[in-house]
Amino acid sequence: MSTQKQAPLVCDTTLRDGSHPMRHQFTAEQVEAIARALDAAGVEMIEVAHGDGLGGSSLQYGQSAHDELDLIERAAASVTQARIAVLLIPGIGTRVALKAAHERGATAVRIATHCTEADVSEQHFAAAKDLGMEAIGFLMMSHMLEPGALAEQAAKMTGYGADAIYIVDSAGALVPQGVRDRVEALTAVTGDVGFHAHNNLGLAIGNTVAAIEAGAARVDGCLRGLGAGAGNAATELLAATLDRMGFDSPLDTFALSDAAEHVVLPLMPFQPFPDRESMAIGYAGVYSTFLLHAKRHGERLGIDPRDILVELGRRKAVAGQEDWIVDVAEDLARAAAAPA
Amino acid sequence: MPAPVKVAILGTGNIGADLLMKLRAVDEVEVALFAGIDPASEGLARAAKLGVPTSHRGLDDILADEDIRIVFDATSAYAHREAAPRLEAAGKIAVDLTPAAVGPLVVPAVNLEEHASAPNVNLITCGGQATIPIVAAINDVAPLRYAEMVSTIASLSAGPGTRKNIDEFTFTTARAIERVGGAQEGKAIMILNPAEPAILMRNTLYAVPASGTLDEAAVRVAVDARVAEVAAYVPGYRCKSVLIDEQDTRWGRVPVAVVLLEVEGAGDFLPAYAGNLDIMTAAACRIGRRIAEELSAGVPA
Repeated sequence: MSTQKQAPLVCDTTLRDGSHPMRHQFTAEQVEAIARALDAAGVEMIEVAHGDGLGGSSLQYGQSAHDELDLIERAAASVTQARIAVLLIPGIGTRVALKAAHERGATAVRIATHCTEADVSEQHFAAAKDLGMEAIGFLMMSHMLEPGALAEQAAKMTGYGADAIYIVDSAGALVPQGVRDRVEALTAVTGDVGFHAHNNLGLAIGNTVAAIEAGAARVDGCLRGLGAGAGNAATELLAATLDRMGFDSPLDTFALSDAAEHVVLPLMPFQPFPDRESMAIGYAGVYSTFLLHAKRHGERLGIDPRDILVELGRRKAVAGQEDWIVDVAEDLARAAAAPA
Repeated sequence: MPAPVKVAILGTGNIGADLLMKLRAVDEVEVALFAGIDPASEGLARAAKLGVPTSHRGLDDILADEDIRIVFDATSAYAHREAAPRLEAAGKIAVDLTPAAVGPLVVPAVNLEEHASAPNVNLITCGGQATIPIVAAINDVAPLRYAEMVSTIASLSAGPGTRKNIDEFTFTTARAIERVGGAQEGKAIMILNPAEPAILMRNTLYAVPASGTLDEAAVRVAVDARVAEVAAYVPGYRCKSVLIDEQDTRWGRVPVAVVLLEVEGAGDFLPAYAGNLDIMTAAACRIGRRIAEELSAGVPA
């Protein structure tokens, strides 16, 4: 027993990243059922929020069917041991929203910025610390920045008081070597490095294993991989993998696979998968949440969504720029309509 | 033509420097003082080289000059809250480019006439200047239940003040969408994009009519007319697309007017990609001209 290595902390984000494929329509009953199942299976941190974080309910990203603060409260009331985390993207969410989420039961916050823009998060880290919350930095689209430069951004967040820093592969564009290099670079500035995968190139579990082997102390998953783009690392598969890697993990692998099959699968609108569009997201290096928006505008204008996604990659769109999808789609439609 | 009205600029950073270039081209005003608090500032040295009177004693020297009638404040919200009552006591009109919002919120293409004789006017935010004219234009055609704006600006054009106070952008802009634009509910989002070469400032507006119906032709006419009005004082302001998009919202499936706007800076002092800063200084310049006309009209020739 005592010879076993301590497992990395697994944060399940079905109720946040899963909000994207759910088109932000989670009901209170679904949130309660998922939170209860995760808690019973030993998951120690559960993230609940609109897919784009607190305040994300918008026409830009999709309006929530139910107020995320109510969902946070219902999740908090459904767990016995798990901590409830929220996502906050400065520019979308504010410290006012954070305070409200804390009052409703969130005790941790993941403060997310584009990987080069850590310095927009200073006031939010300060607010989280004032509230006594665990504050975790979340560097999105980390594939766009080299390891050394990424570590400099992480250092800014530790300077603002971050308890841990995630390398967030928002585009699912990293391959294992890129993950290892980034985890190693960040280990120099924080003792608590996290990794958040997307499965757009089919590497979510593989990249997460690479992160753990390189020293990551936290990793993310979603039941059944329910997340943006081709989804995330499936929490039940992560649990199985941690067992087979020889970790002393608090997770109940079969309870998680039951929850994935019996609680989450029945409510999923589709199974996220590296299909031609999601694969293009990973290959072009664009934000995974663009998937459904690119499909909708592609359909509206008779354009291949893959062309839209590849063009967004060429224009170096970052997280949250769903309006550029409209712009690119309109540009491509105009170009297609122009006489040759 | 009456003698130009004497004005001062407080704050010698990028905004102050760009505003100086713009105001020097305006016949109705004369920049009588360019004031900061750092004697070593590059902005002061550049202004002095142009022959503009400068001071590093900031507000005190502005207050000491009775001839200065209008003061453009390009410092910080904190500094402006301190300066505002002193300027008003001295009978000087403040054009506030900070988020302090001491005076009424003004967008030249919407409500400048209403506030042309106010002692202190505030310019809201760059995103507010870019989108509120269009909120108001669509609201005139179809009263709006909700309006949401998304500003994307080049990382290089976001200074430390913006970065440390990004929440204030969100709060101030959302409130102004309601108060100045006329929408029942406003929302604002800001995104920084670090792409190289730097992107031009982009703004997207989503507008939801209270009636649940939109006359597309009428919306287009109203938007085009208002874009032309803004472009008269912000030459790089343009509309890329207007579309009516059926969306699933919390009010059901409704038509949403989506307007894509772009702002290219004039390149007076700041680079062209910094349309977010250009639209602030251009709006300040437009407001300054109008206030100068008001002051000149009240003075016997």
